Amino acid sequence: MAGLANQIAAVTVNNLRSVPQRAGVSAVIVIGIAVTVAVLVSVLAMATGFGKTLANTGREDRAIVLRGGSQSELASTLSRENTLTIPDARGVRRSADGKPIASAEMVGIVSLKQKATGTKANVTLRGVGPKAFDLRPEIHLVAGRLFQPAVRELIVGKAALGQFEGVDLGRRVTIHDTEWTVVGVFDSGGGSHESELMADAETVLSAYRRNLFQSATVMLESRQAFDAFKDQLTTDPTLSVDVKRETEYYAEQSKQLSRLLFFVAYIVGGIMAVGAVFGALNTMYSAVSARALEIATLRAIGFGALPVVISVFVEALALALIGGALGAAAAWIFFNGSSVNTLGSNFTQVVFQLTVTPSLAMSGIVLACIVGILGGLFPAIRAARLPIAAALRAG
Amino acid sequence: MAAIISLRNVVKRYLRGKQSVEVLHGIDLDIETGDFVALMGPSGSGKTTLLNLIGGLDTPSSGEVSVAGVRIDALGGARLARWRARNVGFVFQFYNLLPQLSAQRNVELPLLLTSLSAAQRRRNVQAALAIVGLSDRAHHKPSELSGGQAQRVAIARALVSDPTLLVCDEPTGDLDRATADEILGLLQTLNREQGKTVVMVTHDPKAAEFATHQLYLDKGELVSRSTKAVA
Repeated sequence: MAGLANQIAAVTVNNLRSVPQRAGVSAVIVIGIAVTVAVLVSVLAMATGFGKTLANTGREDRAIVLRGGSQSELASTLSRENTLTIPDARGVRRSADGKPIASAEMVGIVSLKQKATGTKANVTLRGVGPKAFDLRPEIHLVAGRLFQPAVRELIVGKAALGQFEGVDLGRRVTIHDTEWTVVGVFDSGGGSHESELMADAETVLSAYRRNLFQSATVMLESRQAFDAFKDQLTTDPTLSVDVKRETEYYAEQSKQLSRLLFFVAYIVGGIMAVGAVFGALNTMYSAVSARALEIATLRAIGFGALPVVISVFVEALALALIGGALGAAAAWIFFNGSSVNTLGSNFTQVVFQLTVTPSLAMSGIVLACIVGILGGLFPAIRAARLPIAAALRAG
Repeated sequence: MAAIISLRNVVKRYLRGKQSVEVLHGIDLDIETGDFVALMGPSGSGKTTLLNLIGGLDTPSSGEVSVAGVRIDALGGARLARWRARNVGFVFQFYNLLPQLSAQRNVELPLLLTSLSAAQRRRNVQAALAIVGLSDRAHHKPSELSGGQAQRVAIARALVSDPTLLVCDEPTGDLDRATADEILGLLQTLNREQGKTVVMVTHDPKAAEFATHQLYLDKGELVSRSTKAVA
C-alpha cells in the first residue's frame, strides 16, 4: 500500500512538474474553462442580483392589493372608493396619529435616455400617498428633499439616477407635457424602488388625467395579521381584489426573468462546458502523447497503470481548478456590483446589481471540476493502456 | 550453470493495418545465469522484439518465455509489472531519464515500488551512483549531464533494486567510441563482479566483443551463436 502511495505521489508530482514544459497546450484547458466559468457565473450573478433586488423590495408584514386577476400593478386599477376601504381593514398598522399606514399608488411610465446606450427606456413614475415613507422605512433621502404635495416635484431613486440621463438633482423632466423638478435622490436599500421616480399620487393622477389608482400597499400589524386582512378584503362584496404579501408579489414578478436567466446561464454555460470538455480532452491527449516515453519508461520500470491514470486525472483537475478559479475571480472582479437594467413587470426598467456570491463561485468551480474529470477520463485510459514496447520504440 | 532465461518456440506477430506480420518465428533460446549476451542482427531482424519479450515488456503470440523459473508469458499486466520491478533493470539507448528529476531522484524511482524507508532508499541510491562513479552528480538534472553520464545514471537506476537481469537496448548507440567503451566496461564489470546476467541489443560489433556470447538474428530467426573465451 505504501508502495502504491509512493508510486502515485512520484508519478503525479513528476507529471505536475512537467506541466510548465507544456504551458501552451495546458493554457488551452485553463482558458477554455476560465471563460466558461466566467460566463456561467456572470449570467447566474445576473439572475441572483435581479432576484435579490426584488426580494429586497418586499417585506412579509406588508401587503399589496391589486384588482382581481391582475398580474402586475400596470394591469390593475383600483377606484378611489376602493383605496379608502382597503386601509380600514383588520390588521393594518396605524401610525402615531392614528391613521393607517397605507399608500394608494398610481404607476406611470416615463421615457428616459439610458446613459450607457443613449437609447430610451421606460422608467416607473410612482405616485405615492402621504404615508408612503412610513410604509417603506427603508427609503431614505440621500440628497435634496422630499417632493411637496400638489407641486410637480419628484424624487429619483439612486439606481435610476445612475442609469438614466436628465434626472439629476434640480433638473426638470417633461412628463405628459408637464415640467417636473427633481428635488431629491433616495436610496431604498437595494430594492427595485431605487429604479423609480416618486411623486405625490394626486399630482401624478392629475398630470396623467386619471382618477384610478393601480395598487394599494399597507403595513400590517404583524406578519400574522395578513390572513385576517386578506380575508376581510376578499370577502367584501364591494371589492374585487387580489391580496398578496409583498414578498410573494415580488417573487412572482421576478420568477419569469429569473427562470429565463437561469435557463440562459445553464444552456449557454452547458454549451460552453461541452466545448471546454473537448478542449480539455485535446489538451490531455496532447499531454499524454508528450509524456508517452516517460509513461512507458515508468511502466517498464514496474510502475502500475493506476498511478499513471491518477496522474493524468490530477493534472486535468489541477488545470481545471485553476481555470475555474480564474473564471470565478474574473466574474467577481469585472461584474460583481455592476449595475444593469432590464425590463420588469410594469414594462419599465428595473436596475439591479450583478451579485457574485461565494456559492455561485463554487458552482463555477464545481463545473470546472466536472469538465476536468470528463476531459481527463479518456486520456487517462489511453495513458494506462499505452503499449510499453511500442511507446519506447516510438520515443 | 542453469538457464535463467528460456524461450521455447516463441512466435511474435504484429498487426500492421489488417495484415498480421510475424516478426519472430519459433525462437528457442537458453541464456545461463551470469551470461553477458549480445543480440545482433540487421535492422528489422527482431532483436528489440526478442529483448522486449525477455524483459517482460511484451508478450509472445505463442510459445513460452521463462525467466528465473517464472513463466512470464502467462503473467497479466499488473503481475508482469511487479515481476519486472523485482527482476529486471532496463537500460535504453536514449537513457529515458525523467528530465524534471535529479540523477538521485531518477535512480530512486524503482525503489518507490518497494517498502524501503526513505533513508534506506537514499543509502541504496548513493551506493548505486557510487558504483557508476557519479556520486558527485547526484543533484544534477539530466540536461546538466553528458551522454555518458546520463547513461551511467540510467545504469544506476537499472541496478538500484538489485535485479538478477539487466536488459539493455543499444546502450551505446548514442555515445562516442570512448564513452561507449566506458559504458560497456561498466556493464562488463557488473556482469563479472556482481554476477548480473546482461542481455544487450547492439548493432556495433565492437560493443558485442564485451559480451561473453553473441547471438545473431536474421528475419526473425536465430541464425548463429558464438561464445567468447573469458579472459
